[in-house]
Amino acid sequence: MNGELKVGIEFEHAAQGLGESTLKEIDRAIARYPRKESALLPALWLAQQEQGFCSLEAQKQIAEKIGVSPAFVAGVVSFYTMFHTRPVGRHVVDLCTTVSCWLRGSDDLLSQLERKLGIKAGETTRDGRFTLRTVECLGSCGTAPMCQINEDYHEDLTFKKIDTILDGLK
Amino acid sequence: MGALTEKVLTRNLHHADQPDIDAAVGRGAYRQLARALTMERDAIVEEVKKSGLRGRGGAGFPCGLKWTFMPKDSPKPRYLVVNCDESEPGTFKDRLLIERDPHMCLEGFLISAYAMRASLIFIYIRGEFVLGHNTLARAIEQARAKGYIGGNVLGSGWDIDVILHRGAGAYICGEETALMESLEGKRGYPRLKPPFPASYGVYGNPTTINNVETLCCVPFILERGSAWFAGIGREKNTGPKLYCLSGHVKRPGVYEAEVGIPFMRLFGELGGGLLDPKRKLKAVIPGGSSAAVMTASECDDLPMDFDTLMARGSMLGSAGVMVMDDSVCMVRACERVLKFYAHESCGQCTPCRVGADWIHRTVARIEAGGGKQGDLETLVSVCDGMIGKTICVFADAAALPAKSFVAKFRDEFNDHISLKTCPMRAGKA
Repeated sequence: MNGELKVGIEFEHAAQGLGESTLKEIDRAIARYPRKESALLPALWLAQQEQGFCSLEAQKQIAEKIGVSPAFVAGVVSFYTMFHTRPVGRHVVDLCTTVSCWLRGSDDLLSQLERKLGIKAGETTRDGRFTLRTVECLGSCGTAPMCQINEDYHEDLTFKKIDTILDGLK
Repeated sequence: MGALTEKVLTRNLHHADQPDIDAAVGRGAYRQLARALTMERDAIVEEVKKSGLRGRGGAGFPCGLKWTFMPKDSPKPRYLVVNCDESEPGTFKDRLLIERDPHMCLEGFLISAYAMRASLIFIYIRGEFVLGHNTLARAIEQARAKGYIGGNVLGSGWDIDVILHRGAGAYICGEETALMESLEGKRGYPRLKPPFPASYGVYGNPTTINNVETLCCVPFILERGSAWFAGIGREKNTGPKLYCLSGHVKRPGVYEAEVGIPFMRLFGELGGGLLDPKRKLKAVIPGGSSAAVMTASECDDLPMDFDTLMARGSMLGSAGVMVMDDSVCMVRACERVLKFYAHESCGQCTPCRVGADWIHRTVARIEAGGGKQGDLETLVSVCDGMIGKTICVFADAAALPAKSFVAKFRDEFNDHISLKTCPMRAGKA
């Protein structure tokens, strides 16, 4: 592999395969469905749970188990916004910027987050702590503005509230 | 008219222990399931038909009628798919139901599956709803342990299983055929119809897809009768309904009311009016962002039901009601709506893939001060080139609201073009 290429880093990550216990979990997921192809999304979730993203090697392993081509799996991975194809920060901050959150001030929150984290939306902090993304409606419009950090919803956000939340995440 | 004399779907949401099966059963959960299992299946379908229940997911299709499309003589397995992919901007009612009263939801799913002779229920839940997923997963295990799910349910001889399936972030998967594709482990590309899901659904087997809130109505229709349900609201627009109020409103949230509650009552009495009372109401999107925007004067006398909103050029949709006061630039609001569709188009059909992105970029350019004479005419003609020309209605859902913003707030668009900036931004500077 050509170390001089910038993409070399991604090839390194791509080479990570899934561990035994995740592979067993995938087998169990396949057994739950009438047809094994339905277990593709669950399998990718399991891969992401282990790796933090869906590496190319993991996609290949999953393709083999499900009985589809790796290219088919890659096509599925790229379709869904929640699957990552490269490593992301420990805390992925998804700020909703759709209509109701925008009406309640998501523009200002985004500026504040970018300033505080020193990154733009779509980027990851150098220390690998945070990835910041803007996302479309998360179904929490009555408690706008809001964001999702990893699995948790944080609602009725204010500058102060989001500051406190981020400071509490190591 | 409008308010309910009692809460129905939301009556137990305030109990913190409601997600627990013992608490839920103590408050009556699964009683109607037990009764349903002693009834003729077609009698249940008939009750739902007579109730006038229309789908709460967006299209408002009569629920009982949809169930009758399932072939009676097919030897293939039959599926009920519960659409819990709630993603329409401005909508957050199903999330509330599954998080706070999962057993009411499951009871509705189970009775409906029994009525349509299904042997398997898929619950497709959007990937972001982690709390809702975990709450439902726990509820399913509890219901299985108590014999409400599994082989020979409550000694009736009926076997049913439930699979909870998590999406991974794609609005289009709320479209029923895209959802089925996603369930089969593929990209969420909508299918051509016909064939319709009832004849060719998941794995090519007979399938019915219903929204969570729709199915939650079913136990109440059995308990109190179709006449009770049909007596709420008006003809063809019946029952209790969850309205999601958001935006510039004092008390945003989910409100249960009669189908057809007047907008001013929903917004004024239940929602407490505008967030900033010194402002004026400017516009309302009444049914999720795919619905045409309404001006304040159009909202004066506006029963929020399926047929009235359709007759007035918009739709009740998912009842995601977004309120805007007069601080809002409507060109920017239009840009925000279209950004969503540009991002979420699945890319399968060219008019939608290219069109949704193009109309968004054009409105964004006008908003930023780069508009030209003739832009609005081109915008409308591109919208017309999207409507009705694609596999699913997503393209329409982007183009129709875009056209409504331009038609109803044309002066604001023209001001942006002639002033080469946003007049509201210029006014502030």
